[in-house]
Amino acid sequence: MIGKDFIRVLYIDLTNKKADIQERKDLYKYLGGVGVAAKLLEENMKKGVNPLHERQPIIISIGPLSTIFPVVTKAVATFISPHTGEYGESHAGGRLAMAIRNAGYDAIVITGKAQKPTYLVITDKNIEFKDARAMWGLDIEETGRVIREREPGPGKRSIIRIGRAGENLVTYSCVNVDTYRHFGRLGIGAVFGSKNLKAMMIMGEEDLPIANLKEYFKTYQEIYKKVTQTDAMAKYHELGTPMNIKVLNSISSLPTKNLLQSTFEHADDISGETFAEKNLVRKVSCVGCPIGCIHIGQFRREFDKGFEYESISVSYDHELIYALGSLLGIKTTDEVLQIIEEVELAGLDAISTGVVLAWATEALKKGLISREDTLANLEFGNTMEYIKAIDNIADRINEFYYTIGKGLKEAVKKYGGEEFALLYGGNEMAGYHTGYAFALGQTVGARHSHLDNAGYSYDQSAKELKDEEIIDYVINEEKERAILTSLCICLFARKVYDRPTILKALNAIGINWNDQDLTKLANDIFFTKLKIKKELGYSLENYKFPKRIFETPTMWGNMDEERLNRLLKMYIERVEKEYEDWSRGK
Amino acid sequence: MPKVLRADNMNKCLGCFTCMLTCAAVNHNNHNLAKSSIKVKTRGGLQSKFAATICVACKEPACAEACPTNALVKRPGGGVKLIEEKCIACEKCVSACIVGSIHMDYDRKIPIVCRHCGACVRMCPHNCLSMEEVSE
Ligand code: SF4
Ligand code: SF4
Ligand code: SF4
Repeated sequence: MIGKDFIRVLYIDLTNKKADIQERKDLYKYLGGVGVAAKLLEENMKKGVNPLHERQPIIISIGPLSTIFPVVTKAVATFISPHTGEYGESHAGGRLAMAIRNAGYDAIVITGKAQKPTYLVITDKNIEFKDARAMWGLDIEETGRVIREREPGPGKRSIIRIGRAGENLVTYSCVNVDTYRHFGRLGIGAVFGSKNLKAMMIMGEEDLPIANLKEYFKTYQEIYKKVTQTDAMAKYHELGTPMNIKVLNSISSLPTKNLLQSTFEHADDISGETFAEKNLVRKVSCVGCPIGCIHIGQFRREFDKGFEYESISVSYDHELIYALGSLLGIKTTDEVLQIIEEVELAGLDAISTGVVLAWATEALKKGLISREDTLANLEFGNTMEYIKAIDNIADRINEFYYTIGKGLKEAVKKYGGEEFALLYGGNEMAGYHTGYAFALGQTVGARHSHLDNAGYSYDQSAKELKDEEIIDYVINEEKERAILTSLCICLFARKVYDRPTILKALNAIGINWNDQDLTKLANDIFFTKLKIKKELGYSLENYKFPKRIFETPTMWGNMDEERLNRLLKMYIERVEKEYEDWSRGK
Repeated sequence: MPKVLRADNMNKCLGCFTCMLTCAAVNHNNHNLAKSSIKVKTRGGLQSKFAATICVACKEPACAEACPTNALVKRPGGGVKLIEEKCIACEKCVSACIVGSIHMDYDRKIPIVCRHCGACVRMCPHNCLSMEEVSE
């Protein structure tokens, strides 16, 4: 809690409709966010039990700086991933962090399974388990609307919910957070579904007095200035992350058509520039962020002859334009937005959905699967057929869709096509075919996300790729990011929040940490996650990279399989040794 | 000349709530947005436009008229000033303000009224808010 030396944890037991609150002094040293959430996962997870078993927990946490400093906007969720079977972690912006803060909690632990579809209402004054039977089957938008109309508190509340994909336990279903943000990757939507938990609404008016207004507001203004008046974050407001499309295309790093290509002949047609000119209608922000990086694009759809149009707004980002655009060979911004809309309504993770569909397209062509399986004529560029397939995934309509609803890893076990399945560490590939550091980084990252350690950034900025340097970068960056994510600072603000700034902000609210404390925290988080993974049976021994990534040139030319394997070995050796030292040091 | 708060450019609003954070902090020494005098919300879900509920600085403030103890006094330029010691937390001002600008701070047992100080205006990154000079 702000100004106190404990973490206030709300425990919710869905089975017995009971809640408990504990003030945990022992968790204080993990600060918040990923630190606290990983620790709570370690305590509450059940080894050897299915990730979708009711005894497995969902943890959501915020940090000490959440909402009260600029761009500290994320809430962190941890869970056992039904997608990889390993450590699951996902981050979401929106209003959730503010709402949890105002309700007076630092973390929420949810266990058990409701008897019937339920939505939770959490406020500073109450916790209610409400009937969601009528909402079961509703899409993301309708679910949000129903709760908005039933519950009080516009402006102060956060509404998070799942769609059909989560209900049907698709292992890459997401939780939608306040319409435009998500707990996206690794299948937390299915974990909600397995608990019969359709949605949650959180808000509060808890009194949060400021101990030292002068100190706090001075620091607040300094950081605010850095955020708004330097160019540290300008790109996120202007074109936003979609500016990457053109950049990556020009350096042969934009995965296209299931990575048969790393440049796209229609890149300009779906670039950030084109989106901005043709579709961008507004920008919005997470609470506490003066940047406004959430780009909302609009397209119109003719639903009847005689100029009958509807207009649809969805948020877009680089990863979405890649996974549901270039990777599927989609040629116009309007079509990309249409596919995004379908993925949104169903409640699926955009990256995994795109990668699975790209694989299916090639598998169909190669005859590994048939039209009877796909029920849609999947071919690159064919928007309407992809939209059908997305619905089929969410509904798990036949055996084929049931199988691919468990992710690409399961799909190739049954149908083959491993060589062109774009998987890194069991998770579908993110939108950068930049080279070795990215490939290694996404594979070894704690949650197999490109954001764990930003290998793509090393590839793009290095003058020369050096093996030792890649290993150093990937390890150090993941540790530094553990500090940022334990504080729930948006990673887009990583240039603003260097260590001195972080310490200043902490000190301004009475947390007197120093640089060594941060280093220790980074290590503890990094290895705690590894410990969790090991306990869940994780290992990278005998790991095999998909063949396709070596066949298509990156910005550094074609990657050499042997070299990447060697890098992986070097990484494992380094980290294992450090892990032993860390374990002994305890 | 006195100044009053205006929210004439809410179409530009990002929904960042920085204005509310600032008001709650500097005027009410609190991190909770519920303590802010300016209230930004959507007109119905995040797909709709943002709107701000602010004190429109009435020249004949109904809130002050409704106050039984004279805790709310007219402010030069419009709007009111709260004299905390006189407030008995009867909440009459809350229902008297038809734009819904006043709400209660139940922790401190006083209404939260806008001071037209302009702190929110200075921190809005998109210039949605402004201070307008008005006659007394
Ligand atoms: S609080 Fe309401 S009634 Fe009072 S001056 Fe402001 S707008 Fe008018
Ligand atoms: S003018 Fe001052 S008191 Fe009124 S809303 Fe803005 S910050 Fe709050
Ligand atoms: S600070 Fe400006 S942009 Fe942000 S919510 Fe307030 S009015 Fe909107």
